[in-house]
Amino acid sequence: MINSLLFVRLFWRDLRANKKRMTLTLIAVLWGTLSIVLLLAFAEGLKAQFAENSKGLGEGILIIWGGQTTIPYEGLGKGRRIRFYPEDLQEIQRQIPEVEKVGADYFNWGTSISYGKKTISGRTNGLFPSFETMRAHYPMPGGRFINDLDMSKRRRVAFLGDRMATDLFGVEDPIGKVITIDNMPFTVIGVQVKKQQMGSYSGPDNNKVSIPATTHSAIWGNLRYNNLVIKPRDVNQAEFVKSRIYEVVGKRQKFDPKDKAALSIWDVIEGQKMMDKIMLGLQVFFGVMGFFSLSIAGVGVANIMYAAIKERTVEIGVKMALGAKKRQIMGQFILEAVLICGIGGLFGILVAQGVCGFFERVDLNNEALTWLGKPTISMTIGLVTVTILAFIGLVAGFFPARRAASVNPVESLRYE
Amino acid sequence: MIKMNGIRKLYATGKVAVEALKGLDLELKGGEFVSIVGPSGSGKSTLMNIVGCLDTPSEGEFFLDGERVDQFNGNQLAEVRNKKIGFVFQNFNLLPYATAYENVELPMIFAGAPQKERKETVTRLLTRVGLGDRMDHKPTELSGGEMQRVAIARALANSPKLILADEPTGNLDSHSGAEIMGIFEELWKSGTTILMITHDPNIAKRTKRTIMIKDGVIVTSLNGNGNGSSSHE
Repeated sequence: MINSLLFVRLFWRDLRANKKRMTLTLIAVLWGTLSIVLLLAFAEGLKAQFAENSKGLGEGILIIWGGQTTIPYEGLGKGRRIRFYPEDLQEIQRQIPEVEKVGADYFNWGTSISYGKKTISGRTNGLFPSFETMRAHYPMPGGRFINDLDMSKRRRVAFLGDRMATDLFGVEDPIGKVITIDNMPFTVIGVQVKKQQMGSYSGPDNNKVSIPATTHSAIWGNLRYNNLVIKPRDVNQAEFVKSRIYEVVGKRQKFDPKDKAALSIWDVIEGQKMMDKIMLGLQVFFGVMGFFSLSIAGVGVANIMYAAIKERTVEIGVKMALGAKKRQIMGQFILEAVLICGIGGLFGILVAQGVCGFFERVDLNNEALTWLGKPTISMTIGLVTVTILAFIGLVAGFFPARRAASVNPVESLRYE
Repeated sequence: MIKMNGIRKLYATGKVAVEALKGLDLELKGGEFVSIVGPSGSGKSTLMNIVGCLDTPSEGEFFLDGERVDQFNGNQLAEVRNKKIGFVFQNFNLLPYATAYENVELPMIFAGAPQKERKETVTRLLTRVGLGDRMDHKPTELSGGEMQRVAIARALANSPKLILADEPTGNLDSHSGAEIMGIFEELWKSGTTILMITHDPNIAKRTKRTIMIKDGVIVTSLNGNGNGSSSHE
């Protein structure tokens, strides 16, 4: 191998001899690298943001509504509506040890919610304490969520969605203040932290008022839950838990456990798995697009290498006369192509880092950007990019190098 | 050192085949100092290319240093050029971006010599050709005579058995040319075999044997004192 100092000088000479062409080639590699890194970084950011947003609804949960039977069972005809009662929830918890947490929703639409002179017509939900973690109803500092004591004592306490809190209180701190719901006083115990919520049923969590399920039931007299929320201990047991719910509820409410339409289950776990797959597909797609974009830069690199070989024909002949073997001639040109890709790629990654840094610093108040997430350059993206750059450099260098090594020394020594 | 029997070289130029060497026989013993003369197109350069293992004959046998090399492949020929032959060209053929030191070092790098050995040899050789103080100069900073001296040092880098010089004084003024011939004579005296192509009869006279080529065959082979054999077609 040529010694490194000589190699760098040779590269420098080529750089100066073909200033414009080399600059354009480096820009092409930079641009290709920038596009591949940014595409992957945005996909990564989007993936992280989607994951974050999907947490807004809750992680690893099953949301279950009652459906209508389609199979006659034990003398009962089909078309019977299934609704959930507190006993269903108790039986699920008692009979299915694979279930970690349970909870249920009561809804009351169009309640009149007031603070001071301000009145909003909104939604009041009766919830279980388990919703704090299951459905991501996390309180902001200084507040808390509904607890077991609130439930057992049917306390008149309210937990506000962050938007509801702002709409009612503006900049004032709502904690400890008394609001009225349909003219009944409730003390505000907490405000939900701001969250992005990708999926929702009966509206987003940020503009509702949550009160203990027991209080809700006592005031409005609901006998039936609107829906159940179940969290299996292990996401991999979700399918088993689902089938057990059909059995347990089916036995109590007398429907065939095989009658899928009797219950309607929103499997958030499955949705999240699906989303992971879609995101992976998106990343692969972006990666492939980036690869093609960088390949065009590779063509530029090959082009400049062919030009360099033409200009260095005599030099190649001299080296061959001095005893350079084919691989020694080839090695130099391949290394040069890889170096061009390396330098262009390095600048590309630096510019991409700058772009990502910009997004990192700006506050994403824009709704669209909030969903897009912040582009992130991960270690994997770095490795993928470097691998693609090295591959393209090798390919872009290989063919010109092969031509260089096939130069006839007699002809090239005569070549001027 | 060199033994060639019935060497033929055919070049296909379009539909016409040109025979540059027509069954040439040549023998060179170790330690000889031989010049090859002949008119343009006589086959001198073709012969030099084959002797220098830059090209292979179309027919015939070629033994170099006891080894039959006419059937060698590209890498084997490269090995022979690197270890057994030192080239000196008319237009020096130094790498313009490399210093005198680096130019001389190049064949040793191709041979895989360790750095310590390279440094020692390159310094010794450049000092020997009188350029011990100009090792860091690039070719553009050297005179023609100095460049040719660098080229000679480079040819000697791997201690080859044979030096092939193609019009080594062709691009030099008479004074520098004489200096370069002095170096070749010194090398010959120290035991190196030298084969030189030249147009200049005065240069040819300074070698110990002159071979004349015409139309692809050797027509005369004269010793330095004028005696010798001649063969005509």
